[in-house]
Amino acid sequence: MDIIWRIVLKEWSEVFKNKVVLLAVVFVPLVFTAISLTVFYSMEVSGDFNQSLQNTSDIPQEFLELCGELQGIECMQYFIVSQFLILFLIMPIVIPGTIASYSIVGEKTTHTLEPLLAAPISALELLAGKGFAAAIPAILATWGSYAVFAIGSSILAVSPAVTARLLSGLWLIAILLVSPLLSIASVSISVMISSRVNDPRVAEQLSGLVVLPLMALFLGQAFGLIQLNESLIIWIALLLMLLDAIFIVIAIQLFQRETILTRWK
Amino acid sequence: MIQTQDLCKSFGSIQAVRNLSISIPAGEVFGLLGPNGAGKTTTLRMLSALISPSSGEARVADYRIGSQDTDVRRNVGILTESPGLYERLSAERNLSFFASLYRVEDIPAQAEKYLRMLGLWNRRHEEVGGFSKGMKQKLAIARTLLHEPRVLFLDEPTNGLDPETAHLVRDFISDLRHAGRTILLCTHNLDEADRLCDRIAVFKTALLALDSPSNLRRTLHNRTVVFHLVQVLSQFKPLLESKDFVRSVQVLDNKLVITLDNPETYNPILVSMLVEHGAEIRFIGEVRQTLEDVYLKLVNGQEDSL
Repeated sequence: MDIIWRIVLKEWSEVFKNKVVLLAVVFVPLVFTAISLTVFYSMEVSGDFNQSLQNTSDIPQEFLELCGELQGIECMQYFIVSQFLILFLIMPIVIPGTIASYSIVGEKTTHTLEPLLAAPISALELLAGKGFAAAIPAILATWGSYAVFAIGSSILAVSPAVTARLLSGLWLIAILLVSPLLSIASVSISVMISSRVNDPRVAEQLSGLVVLPLMALFLGQAFGLIQLNESLIIWIALLLMLLDAIFIVIAIQLFQRETILTRWK
Repeated sequence: MIQTQDLCKSFGSIQAVRNLSISIPAGEVFGLLGPNGAGKTTTLRMLSALISPSSGEARVADYRIGSQDTDVRRNVGILTESPGLYERLSAERNLSFFASLYRVEDIPAQAEKYLRMLGLWNRRHEEVGGFSKGMKQKLAIARTLLHEPRVLFLDEPTNGLDPETAHLVRDFISDLRHAGRTILLCTHNLDEADRLCDRIAVFKTALLALDSPSNLRRTLHNRTVVFHLVQVLSQFKPLLESKDFVRSVQVLDNKLVITLDNPETYNPILVSMLVEHGAEIRFIGEVRQTLEDVYLKLVNGQEDSL
């Protein structure tokens, strides 16, 4: 574990000197949190809008069921802000993808992979070190953003009942369980992509495609085709666990010394 | 310290290394010479337990490649063709990171020892990206030695360096030899191999020749002596050619260029014979065959035979 931690610390001290990576880790959470809180704030200050929010007839029936005891504007505020839950799930994909792309392809372009692989460490330790170095900042950034969002919502929500809803099982499962699973998937996919490309920007862009299923979920939710409820998020978590296991096995296969040295060119 | 037996490595249908059998005792500097694509780096990677052999056996520092790879890596220091340093980290941070991977006990002391030894101590806090190529190479050498490996694999250690830094690196390798380390040196620099190596293997997928530099020269080239005379008389050439031990005689101006088996034994005979027949000898010299001549003869000879 000590070796893995040493690799993590080395990765951080190197990749965070890269402005692109630093921007991704700091800027993305800031923007996403700001968007969510701005929506809250706009509902708070706009009187006309406030009036229109009393009418819940535009809310899909499935979502009304999710509102439970929330009534009128409370349900509408919860409905609108819930659309932005997906933003908090994009963060754990985008951030590790950027870090892993620069960290792995960077080793190739600077020719540091060979001395690193010549050290008496296992390929699994190396992969774990790089994986944690990419996933931990993303998970912390997601959790930190959500904490800021939770504090902001407690100030801006029309009632404490809305805040309580936003800290309910659905959101907690999404933030505390699904976001780390998404990070693992993103890192694993970045490792696979990095094994085939030589430019970190290409790796980053290709890794970014992982966000597409989430965007589909976001659009489906926005158009009322899908409603993200507790059972759906649990199914998503289970599916991600399975996918992560598959991705990790493939990533480990690709991360063998001989494969890296002779095929990663 | 290093033994290989019929070591082979193939990548698909391409055979990179074929039946390599060598034995390198402790404390020897062993040169591996060969053209680009000869399989030198592949051999180094196999012996560093970075890639596995397709067949054959190898032991490095008493550990077997394939089944004791972690022990092999712990006892080997490898200097790769590119320095391979983290450019955004300082020199000291680069060394301390690698030292931690090798589980070096007193990391700051080891890093300081080699930073001072290679003249980088005053630049230890600077990012490596700002270093010159020579400084990077010196830092890479320091990294190779941090864990005090018994065996060193050096792949083109002076490649691309200015003459002064190359000289410093060569001196350092020479010091390492005196410190008892076993060194396997891959190089294109034949003069460097000639000066540093106890033995040399000329290699192109398979082993072409293996011996000390002087023996290689002797085995592959008959020795040539030059007699500088006041005047070369017409009878000298047939006279010399009549002797069994003389391979050939050439007359160039006032010089007789004679190829023969054993100058130490036969030079006095030639001198007496020539003086008897009226030659006035100014001086006698030997044409020294370079390692390059040996190398080209072996490598081109193999190409011709293919």
